Amino acid sequence: MKSRKLVNYAKYGYIFSIPFALTFLIFSLYPILYTIIIGFTDLKGLGRTDIHFETDDIFVNFKSVLSNKIFRTALGNTFLIWIVNFIPQIGLALLLTAWFTDRRTKIKGQGLFKVLFYMPNIITAATVAILFNSLFGYPKGPVNDLLSRLGMTKTAINFLVSKSNARAIVAFIQFWMWYGYTMVMLISGVIGINPEIFEAAELDGASKTQTFFRVTLPCIRTILLFVLVTSLIGGLNMFDVPQLFLLGGPNNGTITTSIFIYKQAFSGSYQYNNAAAASLIMFVIIMFFSAILFVILRDKDEDKMRKLKRQQMRSEMRNKIAGGN
Amino acid sequence: MSDLSRKTGTSKTMKVIIYVVCVILSVLSIMPFLIMFINATRSTSEIEQHAISLFSKNPIGNIVKNWGVLTGKDFHPATGFLNSALVSIGTTGLAVYFSSLTAYALTAYEWKLRNAFFSFIMGVMMIPAQVTMIGFYQMIYKVHMTNHLLVLILPAIASPMMVFFMRQYLQAALSMEIVQSARIDGAGEFRIFNQIVLPLMKPAIATQAIFTFVSSWNNLFTPLVLLTDKEKYTLPIMISLLRGDIYKTEYGSVYLGLSLTVLPLIVVYVILSKYIVEGVSLGGVKS
Repeated sequence: MKSRKLVNYAKYGYIFSIPFALTFLIFSLYPILYTIIIGFTDLKGLGRTDIHFETDDIFVNFKSVLSNKIFRTALGNTFLIWIVNFIPQIGLALLLTAWFTDRRTKIKGQGLFKVLFYMPNIITAATVAILFNSLFGYPKGPVNDLLSRLGMTKTAINFLVSKSNARAIVAFIQFWMWYGYTMVMLISGVIGINPEIFEAAELDGASKTQTFFRVTLPCIRTILLFVLVTSLIGGLNMFDVPQLFLLGGPNNGTITTSIFIYKQAFSGSYQYNNAAAASLIMFVIIMFFSAILFVILRDKDEDKMRKLKRQQMRSEMRNKIAGGN
Repeated sequence: MSDLSRKTGTSKTMKVIIYVVCVILSVLSIMPFLIMFINATRSTSEIEQHAISLFSKNPIGNIVKNWGVLTGKDFHPATGFLNSALVSIGTTGLAVYFSSLTAYALTAYEWKLRNAFFSFIMGVMMIPAQVTMIGFYQMIYKVHMTNHLLVLILPAIASPMMVFFMRQYLQAALSMEIVQSARIDGAGEFRIFNQIVLPLMKPAIATQAIFTFVSSWNNLFTPLVLLTDKEKYTLPIMISLLRGDIYKTEYGSVYLGLSLTVLPLIVVYVILSKYIVEGVSLGGVKS
């Protein structure tokens, strides 16, 4: 028994982490460093792999990307499409969460609704993008057919030639694919709240709206932040839907930074250096938001402990007051 | 209690509004796919007359005809399926096994670099493939491994996000006493992990596996950059071919092609929907 205690198990911690560490070094860290290096070279043209630094002005690629009109458009589009999809997405998800978790009114068929709302999320984004492209077809697509049959339009509308329409549809697709996911996340957060808190609010005569804004929302703060930051990081990488919906068009109306990077590197002039510089700019932006996520997740357990203590104290106080009365 | 609920409960009109909104949203979820499936059974000329219709005059004949046009032009769903299945199964298997192993290393053992390693994993959790793609592509190109499905699979061994969730799960589910007693029985550390810890993690593995599989199955960006050989195309790249000019006027075939890629996902979703919807929250934030 004693000799066994002397066995050094710590080494297994290292051994079991080796596959992860090695794979990460080869397939993530090395590509990151390589991308950084390429960002400072003149690497362009298909099939070239040699490294030749820009010696005249080491930051020339970054400057050219940042002053590139299409990149600026892409960055603007990316944020715009994300905001236009996220605000209604979180709004609807919160509303549905409030309805579905209401303790006093049970909504029948909730399970089915949840399954249906979440469904678009698991369908291949590539398929969804092309499907919506067909649905909004001109002049005989299903949407036009529906509108004319309902007598809402006299002539067919060519939705996809206008930049703002195209952006709106891309934002709608993102919204449609993700509100169900957001709702399920928020509901799970609400279910995790200690029911005693709701009972207390009920006893205190809080109305439904009051309970939702004063009790539910503060309690799911962490999950709200998690959803916000992960959605933002995902939104900054938006590629499949805008790429296959209209190839970033019309006239760069739906081009995102990921499409910009893809087009720079893998079509036309194969400007790997500019694409790498653009990637690094995005990398910095994403790392900034990841840092926020890091803080949120790290403090979660501590937060929970603190919350629990506070709850305990509150219920003790309540008991004392009740006892006093 | 009934008195209370009457006083503060939802009014009838409110309830009607809730159901109306839910039904509208449900229709919105189903409609695009319904139109797609129906139009897959209609001929291009039928679709051109009216893009929305409930029936087709000759569904079987139209499917056969649409299929002929579809496969006559570079679209090979079977190849896409096979490649996607290979990549997704490989990715899922590796990600699940090695993430569990790494999570176990982070939970069960006391080692000097443990906390640093975990902080590191959390720090790199959100780095998306897109921002490292240029370097990744150049590296793969240099060693002549583009068009090998293996380069799409192997990186899954290091899946920081999954390690994070597996660790969360293990911290709650693993009791070191079981591990200790297995040690006394003379089991090696590796065997303990494979035969005791892995079975213990089944619920977490199931949810993580579903989501890894789906996201790998749906991934477009990485394969699009790496694969140029048509024999190696995964399903999302196959789908992207339907966007091409050669299918511009072949509406029936495009709808059929899209339907074929969606159908298996919907079937699997209907069977597993309960676990999937529950799993979202498990995989997301464990509370």
